[in-house]
Amino acid sequence: MTIAPLSKSKPLKTKLSHTAVFWIGFCVVMALLIVAPLVLPEYWRRFLTKILIWGLLAMSSDILIGYTGMVSFGHSAFFGLGMYGAAAALLIVSPPNLWLAILFGLGGAAGAALFVAYFSTRLRDIYFAITTLIFSQIFYVIIFTWTEVTGGENGLIFSRPHFTIPFLYDARFSTATLHWFVLAVVAGSYVLLRRIMRSPFGMVLQSIRENEARTRAIGYPVERYKIVAVMLSGLFAGLAGVLYAVQNQFAAAEFVFFTTSGDTVIFNVMGGIGTLVGPIVGAGFFQLLRELLSRIFGDQFPYLIPLGMIFIVMIIFLPQGLLGFARRWLNR
Amino acid sequence: MDAVAHFFQSIPVDLLIIQTVNGVVTGMILALVASGLTLIFGILDVVNFAHGELFMLGAYVGVLVLTATGSFWMALVLSALIVALLGAAIQIVTLRPLVGRDPLNTILVTFGISLILQNYALWQFGPVARKIGEPITSYFNLFYLTYPWYRILIAALSAAIIGGFWLFLKYGKYGVWIRATTQDRVMAQAMGIPVPMVHTAVFAIGAAMAAASGVLFAPLVGVNHTMGLDWVLKAFIVVVVGGMGNLGGSIAAAIFISLLEAYAAIWVDPSQAVIVSFVVLILTLLFRPTGLFVPTPK
Repeated sequence: MTIAPLSKSKPLKTKLSHTAVFWIGFCVVMALLIVAPLVLPEYWRRFLTKILIWGLLAMSSDILIGYTGMVSFGHSAFFGLGMYGAAAALLIVSPPNLWLAILFGLGGAAGAALFVAYFSTRLRDIYFAITTLIFSQIFYVIIFTWTEVTGGENGLIFSRPHFTIPFLYDARFSTATLHWFVLAVVAGSYVLLRRIMRSPFGMVLQSIRENEARTRAIGYPVERYKIVAVMLSGLFAGLAGVLYAVQNQFAAAEFVFFTTSGDTVIFNVMGGIGTLVGPIVGAGFFQLLRELLSRIFGDQFPYLIPLGMIFIVMIIFLPQGLLGFARRWLNR
Repeated sequence: MDAVAHFFQSIPVDLLIIQTVNGVVTGMILALVASGLTLIFGILDVVNFAHGELFMLGAYVGVLVLTATGSFWMALVLSALIVALLGAAIQIVTLRPLVGRDPLNTILVTFGISLILQNYALWQFGPVARKIGEPITSYFNLFYLTYPWYRILIAALSAAIIGGFWLFLKYGKYGVWIRATTQDRVMAQAMGIPVPMVHTAVFAIGAAMAAASGVLFAPLVGVNHTMGLDWVLKAFIVVVVGGMGNLGGSIAAAIFISLLEAYAAIWVDPSQAVIVSFVVLILTLLFRPTGLFVPTPK
């Protein structure tokens, strides 16, 4: 009789502590990131903000890579369209408005995502990867050659909008407030995406990853779920593009080139796919390593050679990424 | 009727013929690149993202051998051999451990390899394009142009390499091994064919074909570290349009797409003419997702 309640309460307890641990960890990391701009020097403040933005882009692509099992090589298109959408809003409307930029950016990314999703979700696995890659190149060629509108090779330059909350607050962005704004957006996106991925919708996506034929046999309209997944992913990638445009005050065609998508995939694999936080960790790891290498060996050092090697070694020996590795190591 | 007649009169026939020749020439080089890619995919289940970089490295090795020996043909052969060895090494070190894993892993790994090779080329050779002289400098007259014989030679050589390879697949002992491995890996293994060796050899052959096309193509535009990107994208389009893993389909698609791009370049800027091949790809995916040049699966 004494054994029964013990065995009953034990799993309950570990389950409770698991979510508790998660939220405690979340709060600690958030607190650190909130305090960071107050202690870090200017350069590293910007650096951290940039990592968060790249992390958001990588996290958006994790919806496809990690949860739905589709590797997208086309996220540069969504990122770039978000960027150029924001640029359009900031250049056309004066005074430049932050929320309008976000709206335009999301609109641009959604348009691109709808176009890509409609065609490429008909295909699976590597075919999906290749078609998303080629679709992103379509956007690249259009943006690169349509010089009158997009500025072509030179890109577009614009001023940063004020940080406004209607009727409440209106001020210029400092690097600290920009960091907090980006942090709020990224953290909000994370919490939202985590919720979505744990909802019935997210469960269907994961079942598509595990066994597409069976998911279809159960009666889920797999294609429609995939289209929504690509659009969701594209929207958040576009949001990252808007943030990047606001931070750096320019939009350039090179970001639409597929190497950006490649970086996104690298962040995912390095950090650990299917975790949402992993890609952010991966982005941080990649950028820090890159910074470190160029500080030690100079700016001319081809940092992508050692990073590419690390990437390959990780795919072969550590396919679950840094976070997956850490998790397994902690559980042991 | 008048408008129609006017339209036909406005088509520049001489330009069309020139662009047809141009299209076939680039189509044959593209076919050589794409057949290596489709071969590797068909037999190894590997989407070789680094194929363009093998093309680019082939061109660079060609430049080095050419400056050392002065012979273009020596450069062609040596470059193909060296890149084949490199390809074999890449396959053994990075792709062998992935056998049996999701094919998506191979696209990631080869993407990493392409990053490494491209940045190595940039680091080693610098951003300035290298020039190679054409081995044959004679010309013939094509309307108002003096057209280099060398381009015709490229097309002929590419066709010869592809044809030779096809004969090897069809009649050579090791060619039969390769085809057997394509059809049924497990059964081939059971029959005593060393399947891992066949895989390595196929990757090496594909790499050699990419390198050879790199050397052949180098005199037309010069060699730089980003030239592989363009070609790998085009080759991907060709391979999908022609039907993944289908050698004949890729060759047909390569020529088809190059011709279309060449014709489009009459009216729009060549950098925009690429969009034509994208459109072909989209239409193919919509209506014939298994490829344009394969019989409809029943």
